[in-house]
Amino acid sequence: MRHGKNRFLIGALAAPLLLYGVFVVSPYAQAFYLAFTDWNGLAGQADNVGFANFTALWSDGLFLAALRNNGLMLLAVPLLTIVLALFFAALLTMGRSDRHGGFRGSGAYRIVYFFPQLLSVAILGVLFQFVYTPNNGLLNGLLEALGLGSLTRSWLAEPAWALPAVMAVMVWAAVGFYVVLFAAAMESIPRDVLEAARLDGAGRLTTFRRITLPFVWDTVQVAYVYLGILALDGFALVQIMTVGPGGPDNATEVVGLTLYRAAFTYGEFGYASAMGVTLFFITLTLTALALRATRRERVEIA
Amino acid sequence: MTPPPTRPSPTRRTLLRGATAAGAAGLLSGCVTAGGGDDTEEATGAVTDENPLGVPDDTGLEVVMFNGGYGQAYTEHAAELYEERHPGAEVDHQGVQRVGETLQPRFVAGEPPDVVDNTGAGRLDLAQLAASGQLHDLAELLDAPSLDDPAVPVRDTLMPGVVADGTLDGAVRFLNYSSVLWGVWYSTSLFEAHGWAYPETWDDMLALCEEIGQAGIAPWTWQGKFPEYMVDPLQSLAAKTGGIELVENIDNLEADAWRQDGMLAAADAIHRLVTGGHIMAGSEALSHTEAQNAWSNGEAAFIPCGSWLEGEQQEVTPEGFDMVMAPVPDLTAADAMPFGALQGSSSESFLVPAQAANPRGGLDYLRCLFSLDVARGFTETAKALPVVRGATDGVEMSTGLASVAAAVEAAGEHVFGYKYRLWYAPLAKAVDDATGELLTGRLDPEAWADRIQTAADDVAADDSITKHRR
Repeated sequence: MRHGKNRFLIGALAAPLLLYGVFVVSPYAQAFYLAFTDWNGLAGQADNVGFANFTALWSDGLFLAALRNNGLMLLAVPLLTIVLALFFAALLTMGRSDRHGGFRGSGAYRIVYFFPQLLSVAILGVLFQFVYTPNNGLLNGLLEALGLGSLTRSWLAEPAWALPAVMAVMVWAAVGFYVVLFAAAMESIPRDVLEAARLDGAGRLTTFRRITLPFVWDTVQVAYVYLGILALDGFALVQIMTVGPGGPDNATEVVGLTLYRAAFTYGEFGYASAMGVTLFFITLTLTALALRATRRERVEIA
Repeated sequence: MTPPPTRPSPTRRTLLRGATAAGAAGLLSGCVTAGGGDDTEEATGAVTDENPLGVPDDTGLEVVMFNGGYGQAYTEHAAELYEERHPGAEVDHQGVQRVGETLQPRFVAGEPPDVVDNTGAGRLDLAQLAASGQLHDLAELLDAPSLDDPAVPVRDTLMPGVVADGTLDGAVRFLNYSSVLWGVWYSTSLFEAHGWAYPETWDDMLALCEEIGQAGIAPWTWQGKFPEYMVDPLQSLAAKTGGIELVENIDNLEADAWRQDGMLAAADAIHRLVTGGHIMAGSEALSHTEAQNAWSNGEAAFIPCGSWLEGEQQEVTPEGFDMVMAPVPDLTAADAMPFGALQGSSSESFLVPAQAANPRGGLDYLRCLFSLDVARGFTETAKALPVVRGATDGVEMSTGLASVAAAVEAAGEHVFGYKYRLWYAPLAKAVDDATGELLTGRLDPEAWADRIQTAADDVAADDSITKHRR
């Protein structure tokens, strides 16, 4: 019996594992190999150059600027997204302890929050290009209408504002998904626990801090890892929206863009692979760190 | 891919004998430098007067063309012509948007098509392709008799500079089809309405900018998101001031080339547009479409662009706008080049891969493409200047195209071009970044030159970058 089960499992897994091997594992392996060569993407052969590509990375101003910008995004984007998403999710599920499931219309809000998730990144980029455009853009128009004309600027053309402008789009696009995710987690909190807290005289804030947050912490942890990976990317938005792209003056350069340019514009596929491998290890390390740093006691419902 | 021909093909000896008429030197150099093509069986046919390149009959031809702003009518026209000349052959004509992504794996696998129009944002790096031995030598084609007049070789039907543009390390690797010239564009109707005339010196330009500003129109706008649009007038001013010597110093990565007097004077001239407040507010954040549309709407008087602007703006330009292109004004009284001097280059790079299955067919396809008939059609459908001599004779042209043709005529031998953008892409990026900063006033001309010079010195010192000289 046991034998037959194994055979069934192997039979069922063979096809997906093969696909995974061919389309995921083998490109990774090739990228690792290419990172140690000077392949130009066109020649039939590539020479081994050892660690030269990796050492060159640390004196490449463009790559360092990209790392810095991805680092800033890594600090800001997950934090802002999670705080906003927790806030909205808490509002959506608020009052569960007194009545049935949230206030009136919370279902509709949940759908509305989810809308940005349905747009492709390319469309987002083009859309926000119009929001930020200086002379007849939505944002400057809004500021004018509010009498804040002095705050209008060329958002994407000023080094200090370009990266925050891109990050705002990332946050805007991501929040909705995590609202839904957190709201679902919050709804699975047993009602009697919330009621007990209320009877003990806990206010909304205390309830959120002492009851809600510990219950949804697992979900927040997962969200943090996902958002971290999102923040290490950013390629599509930067490529579509920004000056240059990656500008002004490398203010919005991200590793994905540096990599893309090295490979497809400069024909340095070996060097670009080295960037990819570096990014791979950075992502891996940060994920491990994030999971470790956010480790907390699991709330067990006995 | 097409299979190798099964019919008896001529021996190497008959091929050589036949090719002597067309210039054996060309053929020999073609064989020697064909690089990666050595291991592929080359399909050949009998060499005759009718078939000077020895194209095999009955062998199909695969051409992959960039489907961009110029359309495909002309490459399809050439395909029809080829099929007429070789009734047994069928041309597989494909239009793609991202040439590089489509063809890179095929080049690596050694199975490229027979002709490629390597153009557009996703094109392959020509210098890298050549360095990898992926490009067929085109000397043979240039020495072959042209389709229109067997007494004239293809080489002599082309405008000056085309062969030089396509030469990489001593061999002709690609031929560009469209002549591109850069200048400053304005609307003749707008200028007539206000009684303005195009200025011939930069001082007059600045004075006119004051006047235009007072009329409530922004004197200049530019495609801020892509600073290379403003690099063109800047480096044109520099070339006119310092002459071809200045250009060569830049391209040869000479020490302090970016700090030459002419270059600094040109950067200062452009910077004066910024300090004088002559640039439309917000231009630095506009895409090329946004800036060009603002200009077509009459919100700004001047915009820098290449000769493709009229075609690009066709849909949005109001009736009677009558745009024309003019060369950049003189910077000093002692400029090395006269007023009409133009920055010119050619684009739409056609090449025959070294490892193509039917390279002789590929060469003959290009012979059809560079014929007068196809070139005339290109002028009409693509609204651009082909590099074939006499292609615009008797063709009715719009104001923009006519102004470009007249500018070429006026410039005569004074058409110049920089090579560093093609040779050293990272340097081009540094120039664009710095120029973007110059145009927002965050860098002054001195700091602009220093930054670019540092980038140029880095390229010069980097052994992993193949160096070229002119």
